[in-house]
Amino acid sequence: MTAKGGEVPPEAQAPPELPNHPLLSELAASFEEVSFSQVPRVEAGPQDTALVPREQIVAFMEAAFDLGYRMFVDLCAVDYFRRDPRFEVVVNVLALDPPHRLIVRVGVPADDPTMPSITGVYPGANFYEREAFDLFGIQFAGHPDLTRILLPDDWEGHPLRKDYEVGSVPVQFKGAHRAE
Amino acid sequence: MAGAAEPSGFLLTSLEKGVNWARTQSMWPATFGLACCAIEMMAAGAAHNDLARFGMEVFRASPRQADLMIVAGRVSQKMAPVLRQVYDQMAEPKWVISMGACASTGGMFNNYALVQGVDEVVPVDMYVPGCPPGPQSLMHGILSLQAQITSGEIKRPVVQL
Amino acid sequence: MSDTPNFATGDVEAPTIEAPDAVGAEAPPEDAAERRELHDIWVAGTEEPEWVSQATDEGAQELLPDAEEPALAVQRGTLVDDDYVADDTVAADERQIINLGPQHPSTHGVLRLQLELEGETIRRVKPIIGYLHTGMEKTAETLTFLQGPTNVTRMDYLSPFHNELCFSLAVEHLLELPMPPRAKAIRVLMTELNRIASHLLWLATQGMDIGALSMMLYGWRERERLLEFFEKTTGLRMNHNYIRPGGVAADLPDGWEEDIEDILKGVPASVAEYEELLNENPIFLDRTQGVGIITPEEAMAYGVSGPIARAAGIQLDLRRVAPYSGIEQYDFEIPVGKHGDVYDRYTVRVAEIRESLKIVSQVLETMPAGDYRAEDRKVTPPPRKRIDESMEALIHHFKIFTEGFKVPAGAIWQSVESPRGELGMYLVSAGGPRPWRLHVRGPSFAAVQALPVMLTDSLIADMISTLASSDPVLGDVDR
Repeated sequence: MTAKGGEVPPEAQAPPELPNHPLLSELAASFEEVSFSQVPRVEAGPQDTALVPREQIVAFMEAAFDLGYRMFVDLCAVDYFRRDPRFEVVVNVLALDPPHRLIVRVGVPADDPTMPSITGVYPGANFYEREAFDLFGIQFAGHPDLTRILLPDDWEGHPLRKDYEVGSVPVQFKGAHRAE
Repeated sequence: MAGAAEPSGFLLTSLEKGVNWARTQSMWPATFGLACCAIEMMAAGAAHNDLARFGMEVFRASPRQADLMIVAGRVSQKMAPVLRQVYDQMAEPKWVISMGACASTGGMFNNYALVQGVDEVVPVDMYVPGCPPGPQSLMHGILSLQAQITSGEIKRPVVQL
Repeated sequence: MSDTPNFATGDVEAPTIEAPDAVGAEAPPEDAAERRELHDIWVAGTEEPEWVSQATDEGAQELLPDAEEPALAVQRGTLVDDDYVADDTVAADERQIINLGPQHPSTHGVLRLQLELEGETIRRVKPIIGYLHTGMEKTAETLTFLQGPTNVTRMDYLSPFHNELCFSLAVEHLLELPMPPRAKAIRVLMTELNRIASHLLWLATQGMDIGALSMMLYGWRERERLLEFFEKTTGLRMNHNYIRPGGVAADLPDGWEEDIEDILKGVPASVAEYEELLNENPIFLDRTQGVGIITPEEAMAYGVSGPIARAAGIQLDLRRVAPYSGIEQYDFEIPVGKHGDVYDRYTVRVAEIRESLKIVSQVLETMPAGDYRAEDRKVTPPPRKRIDESMEALIHHFKIFTEGFKVPAGAIWQSVESPRGELGMYLVSAGGPRPWRLHVRGPSFAAVQALPVMLTDSLIADMISTLASSDPVLGDVDR
């Protein structure tokens, strides 16, 4: 049982010009290979997203931290299955003064599911990276304790990958036998 | 000495009835609240719906002092050995109530992470449906369990012969 | 036996215990340094060093870990498999590793803390979670977007409306569907009432953990008032599945204004009673002031938000910073503390109860008339009456409940201010009727991660108090 629900989602369409937020413009100036985009939202400001190559993620996060994105919010992984790169790690950080949220996406290929760990910049990424490792199998180089966190230690496989079955058991209903 | 023969004779069956009745009137639950059902279990023990009037005044944290294990909530694969260990630490006679849909059958989470029914791990005496069952449903389950123990439908040895 | 110690004369000699030959174990070395070396790192899964199969304490019963079940040994706490290096000033046998949980009355669910104790002081804490892992993120990929709230609502089970709201808002962003004003106001009403109910439960459990058992019963008493209103409106006391993509499931019932007025009269009086009970109580003050401190920088680095961050001094409330569902039109304050200890978290939460009551009374006065859900026939099911009258309505109903409405492709982040902090969802849709990926960012996950920071060198009693004050809900942590 593989992908449910249709096609692999396309990436957010990036407007060609540079982002218009002052913090992001500074980041864009220092990192040329990072592409910025915006996702529109209903009755709220647009969501600013940066697509960062794997090798530059630690430098990028350090620059973001220095610029004021002090609050670490989230790190999760998505399995796009048929796309290359297959996995995407999504980091979410928040600047408080002035308030601005930045979503950083990093592509991680299937044949080499590793990524540098950002726990050196944001210690709060510790548990989140362990969770991404546990559920997706993405290894974070430099993580102090990369072990399973949600599943038992002797579990085999990474459940949230798209090629891992949901694991449902067949459910019998009362009328099932009467059908014969 | 014979094996565990059925007690017979007028005195012994009255004793059995008396002991069973006494067992139901002061059954102490072990705290095994796991998820949302635990909140409703606590609500059942709170003042509005009072479990203390049925003898369940104290929820004992130590399984060694408890006789009833109310499995309230979803049991994950990681928690199952802990559940079994706590059950084993309880002294006889002990009973188990499986509270809620997740404990009884895995509930709406038919997936890799949950044990699909706590009766795969421990023997269950009473299932209470609901998601979560309100305090009144839980009390109905507890009172039904008490009735079944008193009537002898659910047997636990009274006298070992 | 001639070497029975004579306690009467005080002539007692420590008995010498010979290592039993049958097991093949050697007597442990006398030199403390050598003993410490033996209790050094062992990473589970690598080759087992010799000392694992040897006796542990002198004279203690041999509890050898079963060679086939290392996982069970880790679970029982007899193996600590990270690379902490023992402190040289303290002998290895003066430190003890014990488990708190996963079954424990004070851990607010199935949280396991592995504590390294030196007497009564905690030197190291390792939170071990996953005992409530339900695979909700995987289940979400098998449910339609309309069924989504039933799944998400059970994550943070103390604030189910917030989970549903976050999910519905994320879906509505992707659908580009704005909400009518009445739907927004109803959502604000329910979530703020939920915040009050959650904080009351927190007060109850904090009191119980510290020993103020009457607080436990009082907190539940007020909650019953609110839960009765929830049952009247949504049909359930908990896990309501009421806030759905497209609006809310049903309009407010007749007489809801009187119910809210009763709540607005009853709850403030009770909260004043609880403050009287606790604010000047010397035991409460001793156990909460100066305990479990977290600095603002630590809170931000670990992603701790909500009342814990605000008690530390960070002015962050998503209802102000990134408002949603029309909450910006209501007038309320954000209480912020100073010291970041347990007492400040208590005052912040009690103040938040009052601010939520303010918001609820404003909603009561200004509730707009109109639709309680968006009039998008492809998303919100038609009223049951219409199904008998119109073929289109029947088809829409059928499509929505069997196949589910399709949500355009995209990836969106939405977060709300839940009673525990920033509850966020990253929703990826592939253009079909089910989410491609739903990741839920629970605020308690970060709070549990920050526990070692709050608990450095504290006493066990302080640990209980701190753990209670960080208000972890394990459904949020483990999902």
